[in-house]
Amino acid sequence: MKLKYILALVTCLSALPLAAQVNAEVDLLKQQLQAVKDAFEKAQAESRRQIEELTKRLDAVAQQQSATTNEQQKWRDWMNSPVTPGRTPLPGERAWSAADPIRLAGGGAASYLNLSFAALVAAGGSTAKNIEALQLGGHDPKQRGFTVQNLELTLDGKVDPYFRGQANIILQIDSAGETVIEAEEAFLETVSLPWNLQVKAGQFFTEFGRLNPTHPHTWDFVDQPLINGRFLGGDGLRNPGVRLSWLVPTPFYSELFLAVQNSQGETATSFRNDHEGEPFLGRLHDSGSVKAFNDMLFAPRYVASFNLSDAQTLMVGASAAFGPNGSGPRADTQIYGLDFFWKWKPAHQHGGFPFVTWQTELMMRRYQAGAFTEDLDGNGALDATDADLNGDGLLNSVPREMLTDYGVYSQIAYGFQKGWVAGLRADFVTRSRRAAYEAVYGNDPDRDQRWRISPNLTWYPSEFSKVRLQYNYDRRSHIGADHSIWLQFEFLLGAHAAHKF
Amino acid sequence: MKTKLFLSLALGLTHAAVAAAKLNVVATLPDFGVIAQEVGGDNIKITTLARGTEDPHFVDARPSFIRVLNQADVLLEGGAELEVGWLPPLLTGARNAKILIDGPGRVVMSRGIRLLGLPTGPIDRSMGDVHPAGNPHYWLDPANGKIMAGQLAEVFSRLDAANADAYRANLKKFSDRLDQKIAGWTKALEPYRGVKVVTYHKSYEYFAERFGLFVVGQIEPKPGIEPSPTHITALIPRMKLEGVKLLLIEPNRPRRTPDYVAKATGARLLLLPDKVGAHEKVTDYIGLFDYDVAQIVAALKESK
Repeated sequence: MKLKYILALVTCLSALPLAAQVNAEVDLLKQQLQAVKDAFEKAQAESRRQIEELTKRLDAVAQQQSATTNEQQKWRDWMNSPVTPGRTPLPGERAWSAADPIRLAGGGAASYLNLSFAALVAAGGSTAKNIEALQLGGHDPKQRGFTVQNLELTLDGKVDPYFRGQANIILQIDSAGETVIEAEEAFLETVSLPWNLQVKAGQFFTEFGRLNPTHPHTWDFVDQPLINGRFLGGDGLRNPGVRLSWLVPTPFYSELFLAVQNSQGETATSFRNDHEGEPFLGRLHDSGSVKAFNDMLFAPRYVASFNLSDAQTLMVGASAAFGPNGSGPRADTQIYGLDFFWKWKPAHQHGGFPFVTWQTELMMRRYQAGAFTEDLDGNGALDATDADLNGDGLLNSVPREMLTDYGVYSQIAYGFQKGWVAGLRADFVTRSRRAAYEAVYGNDPDRDQRWRISPNLTWYPSEFSKVRLQYNYDRRSHIGADHSIWLQFEFLLGAHAAHKF
Repeated sequence: MKTKLFLSLALGLTHAAVAAAKLNVVATLPDFGVIAQEVGGDNIKITTLARGTEDPHFVDARPSFIRVLNQADVLLEGGAELEVGWLPPLLTGARNAKILIDGPGRVVMSRGIRLLGLPTGPIDRSMGDVHPAGNPHYWLDPANGKIMAGQLAEVFSRLDAANADAYRANLKKFSDRLDQKIAGWTKALEPYRGVKVVTYHKSYEYFAERFGLFVVGQIEPKPGIEPSPTHITALIPRMKLEGVKLLLIEPNRPRRTPDYVAKATGARLLLLPDKVGAHEKVTDYIGLFDYDVAQIVAALKESK
């Protein structure tokens, strides 16, 4: 019996380390199992997360796709449904009401008529007493306070398989508060004539130099260069007519233009213009009438362009305009112009920036002025039917003479960062010599020497708006120096016409 | 003497005829040009207008392009309003009936391609430069390269039937090579599927969709609008929260803001060519993706 106990005791004692050994192994196994379990759960969680994310993205894509097809189906249904007041509007669209805009061009590919509106407004002032006389351009800011320079409605599109049409209707509010309307341009242009020809017909800007054929909202400065104002007129040289152009088959780009236009009116200031009864170049003018073919305005131009490097482009042109003027019989005007445009835009450009442009135009006008006497009725005595231009109580007369004037402007624009452009322009205009009429009536400010320096800074928040600050230092001989400062705003609605070079 | 003159004249004429037989193809973007070269081979002559480093929306309408377009048999344009800012006046100046809107040589490269980013609601310009026809940067999906090549083979065959077999063979070769390459690129980027990226402009949407990158946002607050401080200060915490790994910009973009954002978020700034020619090493269509995929893989390996 005792032996039995002892045996049991011994067995128990000997089993003790064995039990401990088993326990340790179990723990180890448990640990391993836990590790495997953890890793498995982690992997599972990761897979689940990935599955969820992918499902979410798949759902989003599917939803987007079905939304698009639904949208397209709805659009198709809507397009096919009869036009009735009760027609179901598209989601996000109400039935049309009279207050809604009229859409002439459907979205996407349809393009029957591009409609755009550009508004150009300036604010500022000048030390000049008569700002209207200082600022030569018809769309320049002309008064202290605000000037609505140009409200321009542009319509353009393909007319049919043969023509492209464009119209620019301008509204302006003059200093008296009157709204003035101008049919600035309205022309058609052939699309694909043979022999590289192109015809433009209607009312259009004469292709003379670089600036004349462009609209004010595309200019780099608030106002028009002085040579353009003096020789081509405040509203630019433009008239009804026809223009032929030929793309010359040279290895580089070059184009030859010839325009034949009416030579009368205020938009042909150096030609048959009656200047509304006011004296011009010491004479009263009469616009007369067209008696022969050469009483029309003829304007030839040749322009060529060269790529100086990958980043530099040069464009040079020579223009002329010939036609009769209103100072008397056999009185003709000739205007000659040279223009030069250089642009640098590096191979790495972002939103069209940075860039540097340099634009220069030279012009010369030879104005054959007819003989003029204040004794309009020719009776030798000053009476009511005569014109005493200077009010001296004498009958003055001036001989037939050739008036030669010339001038230049040169401007640099530096787009240094997207949306920011700094500009500098220098203007110079002068007469070749004092004319006989100036000996009678005194120095004519329309011919006297003048120069101007204009630095400016423009910010384009987008391609559709701009804010510009410009300072002008003006020096007019026999008048003196003037300072002007202008702040200009622009906005553009609708189709943004692509830029020509 | 007379016969000699006639002979040389006749030779000159036949020479001109032979030269004219080569299709004169003008591409607005280098990417369209290189694909056309793959399909057209020696039977076409390619001239490209925009450079790979340029912003395709703001290319200068250089007058020399008028001359080039005047001589073109075929014009390859991107469509989806990509070139709306510069191509129309060039076409008016070029007076070439072959490449007018319904002309036999006018090719819109986006034809047949599913465009992303089609606006589904009303849009206006307060939303920035939104393209009503959809996102025009579609050539950055190599699968779209096959669609473009297919259309080109069709057009070239129609205009130059004598070489139709060559165009068909070139198309097959190019498509097969592209298929093989797409499989390779997909495999290379497989481990990084779902990686989050931010871009400058919505230029890489097609690339991201093809290779499984997740575009979280843009440096531009709205398409074509310059980054504003408000937008950037909101973007940075969002990028941190989302764990954005890469900031992808085209080589022509300004670096200052992207650099700042990359530093603030720890995302890696990568200059990723978006067009052929945007980097000197990227000279053809397949090379563009070879380069871009390698760049992304290298950057992600490093940031791991």
